[in-house]
Amino acid sequence: MIKDYLKNTWEGLYTVLVGMKITWKHLFVPSVTLQYPEERAKLPERARNRLFVNINDCIGCMQCATACPVNCIDIETVKGAPVDMPGETSKGKKKALWVTKFEIDIAKCCFCQLCVFPCPTECIQMTDVYEYSEWDRDNLIYNYANLTPQEVDIKQLNLEKFQAEKEAKKIEAAKAKAEAAAKKAEEDKAKSEEKPSDDEKKEEK
Amino acid sequence: MQNYLTEIFGNELVAEITVYVLNTIPVLAFIVLFVLFAVWLERKVSAHMQDRLGPMRVGWHGVLQTVADFLKLVQKEDIVADANDKALFNIAPFLVFVATLATYTMLPFTSIFVGSNADVGIFLVLALSGAVVAGILMAGWASNNKYSLYGSLRAAAQIVSYEIPTALVVLTMIMVYGTMNLGDVTEAQTSYFWNWGIFGGAGLGLGKFLLVPFMFVAFIILFISTLAESNRTPFDLPESESELVAGFNTEYSGIKFSMFFLAEFANMFLIGSILVIFFFGGYNSPFGYFGNLIGVDWLIPIEQLFWFIGKGMFFVFISMWLRWTLPRVRVDQLMTICWKYLIPYAFFNLLIVGLILLI
Repeated sequence: MIKDYLKNTWEGLYTVLVGMKITWKHLFVPSVTLQYPEERAKLPERARNRLFVNINDCIGCMQCATACPVNCIDIETVKGAPVDMPGETSKGKKKALWVTKFEIDIAKCCFCQLCVFPCPTECIQMTDVYEYSEWDRDNLIYNYANLTPQEVDIKQLNLEKFQAEKEAKKIEAAKAKAEAAAKKAEEDKAKSEEKPSDDEKKEEK
Repeated sequence: MQNYLTEIFGNELVAEITVYVLNTIPVLAFIVLFVLFAVWLERKVSAHMQDRLGPMRVGWHGVLQTVADFLKLVQKEDIVADANDKALFNIAPFLVFVATLATYTMLPFTSIFVGSNADVGIFLVLALSGAVVAGILMAGWASNNKYSLYGSLRAAAQIVSYEIPTALVVLTMIMVYGTMNLGDVTEAQTSYFWNWGIFGGAGLGLGKFLLVPFMFVAFIILFISTLAESNRTPFDLPESESELVAGFNTEYSGIKFSMFFLAEFANMFLIGSILVIFFFGGYNSPFGYFGNLIGVDWLIPIEQLFWFIGKGMFFVFISMWLRWTLPRVRVDQLMTICWKYLIPYAFFNLLIVGLILLI
């Protein structure tokens, strides 16, 4: 028993020294701390952080908005009128739609990158920016569309005008057709009075 | 000095009070500066032992971090809850701090500066560090908080238990040096380091060499028991953050909290200085004084201050080192260490040292 007692005493002191040796060694191990704002951890090559949209290349196809699992992308488009077409993407693809609204609520974004793959023009991308905290949550709704509200109104008007013109043309064309048909009918009638058998044959066809 | 002040004030009482105040101010200044440094050192040591950096922003490697923290603490609201026992609650932190401050006045910082050169020096130190228990119990009880009460009861149990091995070792030391005056204890170890207590004291002959192992045992026991008395890890049960929130100081805020904090860190240096005075020659230089060598007398007290603080800081560092090495002991382990190990060893040590001194 006295042997155990002495052994306990010895082990108590000895194990403390063992522990102290370990902590002493760690005193000189270089620290793993990064002094954050000055030093930053290197991001992996394909790190997924804040989204960026190159609006000049966007054709307004809405595939990203459809792919988004949390519905954080909100797109509205207006069809381009022939007098005022949106132009081309950087790869020469013709755009047909004006993108009047392209909002990403980055606070909702879950960084899944599912919106990036369907994009036909590769205009929506993940960047390496990860510091974009804001005081107000509304500031996290990023608007990428580059049209002013006036411009949007103009596009809208252009389209309406174009559509109205088209409609007018259609009606005119229809009228013209109707008139032509009526004229023809009259002529036919006149003819049929001369040759009734002909008219009957046409109707059969 | 007192006579000189009596002439100025024309009143003995005023002069006496002034002398006491003047003696305490350097000690108080030392405690505050030491705590500001020690808190920073503690954080740095703990950080580097865990492969971190610790405070880096305020000043060079964060040296002014504690100053900033202290300023923040002073600005805090002094909260006294409705259910607190107001009188006790307000007195407790100051009692703890004043008791610690009073122990400091017994320490011989140099051969020319001792706050109070009392003949019962070490006895007063023990008594006043016992008075800290009263303050802690007051704090815990007056807080009206179960965790505070647990913490203060644990503190009381722990400090009272560990007073016994401390007292036994101090008794041994009093036998060796034949005095309770800490200044005289230091004087007994003058000149080179082989006169230090840990090497058997200033005496010559067989007795000195026989004493060495027992002095070493006494040193270990005194170190462990004073460490426990100052509530430092691995004996920090009274304020174990993970179990009791923060123990007896949970309900305190602002300046009162910083009083407890000051007292705790001041206790760390007190341990170191008691060990240094008994075993490592107090303010004595191990190799003789540079001032003696070049014949500049006023340099000697400065060197003595350097050696005293340097040796004390070494033990402060050791206790920090231990803190970040050892986990906290359980309550039953705490009592086992004290009653089953330290006290028997201290008793045998006392007997054997007594026999050796008789030879």
